[in-house]
Amino acid sequence: MIIDHPLLGPRDSAEFTYMGDAKLIDRPDWQAATAAQDFYEYAYLRDNPAGWHEELWFHEAGDRSWLVVTRNTLTHEISKVELARDVARRRGRST
Amino acid sequence: MHDLQPVTALGGTSPQVDTFDHITISENDGLALASVAARRGHEKACHAGLKKLLGAVPGPGRCQLHDPEAGFWIGPDQWIIGAPRQTHELLADHLKDLLGDSASVTEQTGAWVTFDVIGPAMPDLCERLCAVPIRQMVAGDAQRTVIHQLGCFVIRRQADDHIRILGPRASAGTLHHALILAAKSTA
Amino acid sequence: MTQINRLSGGQIDRDTTLQFTFDGKTYTGQQGDTLASALLANGVRLMGRSFKYHRPRGVLTAGSEEPNALVELRGGARKEPNTRATTVELYDGLLANSQNRLGSLRFDLLAINDRLSNFLTAGFYYKTFMWPAAFWEKLYEPIIRKAAGLGSLSLKEDPDVYDKGFLHCDLMIIGAGPAGLSAALTAGRAGAQVILADEDFRLGGRLNSETFAVGDQTGADWATATLAELSSLPNVRIMPRTTVIGAFDHGIYGAVERVSDHLHTPKDGKPRQILWRIYTKRTVLAAGAIERPIAFENNDRPGIMLASALRTYANRFAVSADKRVAIFTNNDDGHRTAADLYAKGVKIAAVVDSRPDAPRQENYEVLSGEVINTKGRLGLTFADLRLADGSTRTLECGALGVSGGWNPNVHMTCHQRGRPTWNNDLAAFVPGGTLPPGMTVAGAANGEMSTHGALVSGQAGSVAALHDIGIKAKASDLPQAEDAPVSITPFWYVQGCSRAWLDQQNDVTVKDVKLSHQEGFRSVEHLKRYTTLGMATDQGKTSNMGGLAIMAELAGKTIPEVGTTIFRPPYTPTAIGAFAGRHRGMDFHPTRLTPSHTWAEEQGAVFVEVGNWMRAQWFPRAGETTWRESVDREVLATRGSVGVCDVTTLGKVDVQGADAADFLNKIYCNGFAKLPVGKTRYGLMLREDGIAMDDGTAARLAEDHFVVTTTTANALPVYRHMEFVRQCLFPDMDVQLISTTEAWAQYAVAGPNSRKLLENIVDQDISNDAFPFMACANITICGGLRARLFRISFSGELAFEIAVPTAYGDALIRKIMEVGAAFDVTPYGTEALGVMRIEKGHAAGNELNGTTSAQNLGMGRMVSKKKDSIGSILSEREGLNAPGDLRQVGIKPVDPTDPVPAGAHLMTADGPVDAAHDQGYATSACFSPVLGHAIALGFLKDGDQRIGEKMRLVSPLTGVDVAVEIVSAHFVDPEGDRLRA
Repeated sequence: MIIDHPLLGPRDSAEFTYMGDAKLIDRPDWQAATAAQDFYEYAYLRDNPAGWHEELWFHEAGDRSWLVVTRNTLTHEISKVELARDVARRRGRST
Repeated sequence: MHDLQPVTALGGTSPQVDTFDHITISENDGLALASVAARRGHEKACHAGLKKLLGAVPGPGRCQLHDPEAGFWIGPDQWIIGAPRQTHELLADHLKDLLGDSASVTEQTGAWVTFDVIGPAMPDLCERLCAVPIRQMVAGDAQRTVIHQLGCFVIRRQADDHIRILGPRASAGTLHHALILAAKSTA
Repeated sequence: MTQINRLSGGQIDRDTTLQFTFDGKTYTGQQGDTLASALLANGVRLMGRSFKYHRPRGVLTAGSEEPNALVELRGGARKEPNTRATTVELYDGLLANSQNRLGSLRFDLLAINDRLSNFLTAGFYYKTFMWPAAFWEKLYEPIIRKAAGLGSLSLKEDPDVYDKGFLHCDLMIIGAGPAGLSAALTAGRAGAQVILADEDFRLGGRLNSETFAVGDQTGADWATATLAELSSLPNVRIMPRTTVIGAFDHGIYGAVERVSDHLHTPKDGKPRQILWRIYTKRTVLAAGAIERPIAFENNDRPGIMLASALRTYANRFAVSADKRVAIFTNNDDGHRTAADLYAKGVKIAAVVDSRPDAPRQENYEVLSGEVINTKGRLGLTFADLRLADGSTRTLECGALGVSGGWNPNVHMTCHQRGRPTWNNDLAAFVPGGTLPPGMTVAGAANGEMSTHGALVSGQAGSVAALHDIGIKAKASDLPQAEDAPVSITPFWYVQGCSRAWLDQQNDVTVKDVKLSHQEGFRSVEHLKRYTTLGMATDQGKTSNMGGLAIMAELAGKTIPEVGTTIFRPPYTPTAIGAFAGRHRGMDFHPTRLTPSHTWAEEQGAVFVEVGNWMRAQWFPRAGETTWRESVDREVLATRGSVGVCDVTTLGKVDVQGADAADFLNKIYCNGFAKLPVGKTRYGLMLREDGIAMDDGTAARLAEDHFVVTTTTANALPVYRHMEFVRQCLFPDMDVQLISTTEAWAQYAVAGPNSRKLLENIVDQDISNDAFPFMACANITICGGLRARLFRISFSGELAFEIAVPTAYGDALIRKIMEVGAAFDVTPYGTEALGVMRIEKGHAAGNELNGTTSAQNLGMGRMVSKKKDSIGSILSEREGLNAPGDLRQVGIKPVDPTDPVPAGAHLMTADGPVDAAHDQGYATSACFSPVLGHAIALGFLKDGDQRIGEKMRLVSPLTGVDVAVEIVSAHFVDPEGDRLRA
């Protein structure tokens, strides 16, 4: 596959390491009253959709950026690639 | 002054040169290297320092071919700076002095083996080694890629037949072996 | 024998005569021949024996779709079975042998199988060899393996090398026939980066096989002229002998270039083949079409060929398969073969056309009818006809060209989600469904069967593809060319036949397909597996359609309703060596050498691979006969005076930034914020699920600068994890990471005399007061070289780790040995390192094995509850904190002469020995030279409460049953006095 890196342009997916669901960005608050349940769900529960999926890919043999890749798991079509850091900020992880 | 004698990445007291009709592969032992990463919130100051040093701040996939210091982009707000070792043995200290709190600086001289690959068969050889689009690259393009399972940088130098390859120093022998096989294969 | 069947003309080099040997007999051919064309020129029709029935077989095709003429090429270690004689380019000295025979090719003893054909029908394995079960392995399988199957391997190491390579282009064109050449010319002239790949050694495709004119020249001459223009364009890369084997995601293609297969042996240093990975923006597939046969009784005799192949042999190779040729066709194209052969002076016995309205000819007889049977033991002699009026007739002929129509070559269009659709006019499947992204299909591959259609669609496909990527290409005037419509009446098999071959390679007949249907195999994929139709080297390129048509008829369905089996890469058989490339033997993976490697070699060190690293395992000395002797000596010398070990391989990550300490607080379960500058601390890293991930140390060199170490094996995943935490979880922390593993050469200097030794090297005061346990600093050594010093200890002794820039690593180890001579400094390897850490009770990879928590490791209290760190919340979950959890313990034998092997399980002294009563297990074991007996680390349920308990350590698998005592894991210096000395 070819992943269109937001900074480097099209790169072979062989340069990347895959980590699956980008929900891993949404790490729960450790001090929440429901932290135990929240972390259990965070660590163990994942969607495995046949279709569009937001995934984490690490450009290990490249610039070491973590990317959020929106990919169709049926067709391998990729509709969006973003720096995970930008996604994390947008999801409110700046603090 | 200390009396410890350095060895080259290939283990010699002087760098190794392999010459073929159409290509020359030279171990380049003369580079001091250090990485620079901009500190959060100090990116502008870091860029200014780099611009002062190199003339420009290399963007993604680019190398600023400049003397005596040159630098290439390795990641978001992260670069490797190189300079002649003879004059810049303490390059990292020098960069830290220049950039101060605007950047994190890490000595990298020992981490890499550097080969200069020069000759008319350079593009053919490059195609046998890695996935960089060598024939589309122009002077100053710098790509990280994989050569024989090793993470390497390929920098297209000023001359059209010249690339510089930086690979992990502990695997200098493996990388050299791969280069020699590719040179024979494209002879 | 001379080349008795050689005709005039053709595209062979008559001035270059080549000698070759087939089945021990020497022949001659010409440069430009294939092995098949050269054999036919010499009157050799019999080239092999069939897979199952050992029927005599000749060549069916003139291309890579060949099912029959498979030979063993070359000899010795270079012997390659199952090469297709139709694609083997003739070279001087070529050696080939027929295969799949017992005895000679003419008198194959296994031809008896043909008489037993009633027992060897579809699914015969499943039906025949079921009972008794014990016979399968010893009797049935060896017999079947001997009798069936194709060629044999040399079983020697392949002496050739294979390269891999990477190419990039705007437009790749697959196939250099009229459509491909037209596409390439259009794109080449437009300045696009073009790759034109074709599996053949002579480009031009069918233009070389036909007599059609293109403009005012022959098709072959037009191809030559076009290729000359393309060669002159620097933006066009022409790749002959290159088979595109697969279409992968997002425009990536695999292609095998046969660099040296047309040579006797590859030139020195040159690869035999190159497996290219080609990155394309757009692709034009111009792979042409493949003719299909018609099934009739005994249609597999040598001499019975595809009509188009006869034409190729005549027009391109100047060869006729025989002096007297008949044609059997259901379409107009078959007639072209008769016309071309007639023009070359070959006698046409008759053209038999299954259509009542067959076009008549004055030069030879054209009959409406069918071929219903053939004769000839080792090659065709007669064909029996049943004519339209019901009469029968026997035709004398040595070759019979069969044409059942053409199948567009849709293979590559289906490598992702494409599924072909049916075209009634062609009576064939054409590309359909979702094609691989960026692919355009042109020419016969897309059902444009005329030369004109190919030229036009090639050009149009090229213009459209380039338009997509913003390159303007002009459609120029095309030369005039043949533009005949397709006229075909589908005709798949002759009624009443049974031993009529559909798949000649797998010996599948019409009868087998009918039987399979009767037995309930209705899916086309089931038909394939049950009958083996369409399997093996040709993957049914000439046979699948016939099988589908019969299935459709039997099921009362249309052919598109039955559908095709799925086409998968590779397009044609590909050598495993090409996939391996250079990654064989010593080059299988990269090697990493430590800075002391050369020196260690000089000492005669024995090395062990750890990941890719070569680490010294021990340093044998004269007189030592076992590794244990060396390791015991190294341990005792280190604990007695001083030892040195290369620890460069540990992963090192430079962590800098204002938030560096906060960052370490996140990745380690224990605290780092309060670590003073100049101090080092042990850190345990958890996964988010509370299981231990890795451990190491973090040295604080400045307020905003740490150096973190990881275990050798986990350097990469830990770095990846750290970047994940930095970029994805805490994106606005001011922290920067970079690996420095290879930037520093690092040595552990351990033992009571380590300080005295280092005092001769370092320039600073390293007394216990100035540089206490866990201190770290940037220092200089030997009067000025920058270095780093850490007072950390894995061995449990007074110890330091000293690091210098890698280039000085060799000099430093020599310096340490030189100044250490006064203390009898002893180099030690990974074995002694392991013994000392077990003696000290330090956990390593065997304990941090991906299943153990901080609590298991006895480090539960390290997990800080006052801060957020990865894994801290889930490490508190019930499942990791239940009574009866495993705890790390030490294990020693009650009888000091007993071993305590790792992997063995702990059982109570008097309870049952079974899985239900398992108490724990030993993880790391060694002989402790300090204690004089074996020791082990292990995990035991509630182990911390059971110190002193006598237990059994058992391994029923290896016959171990030892009485042991549970002890503290800290076998040596439990108070840590030596560390702090």
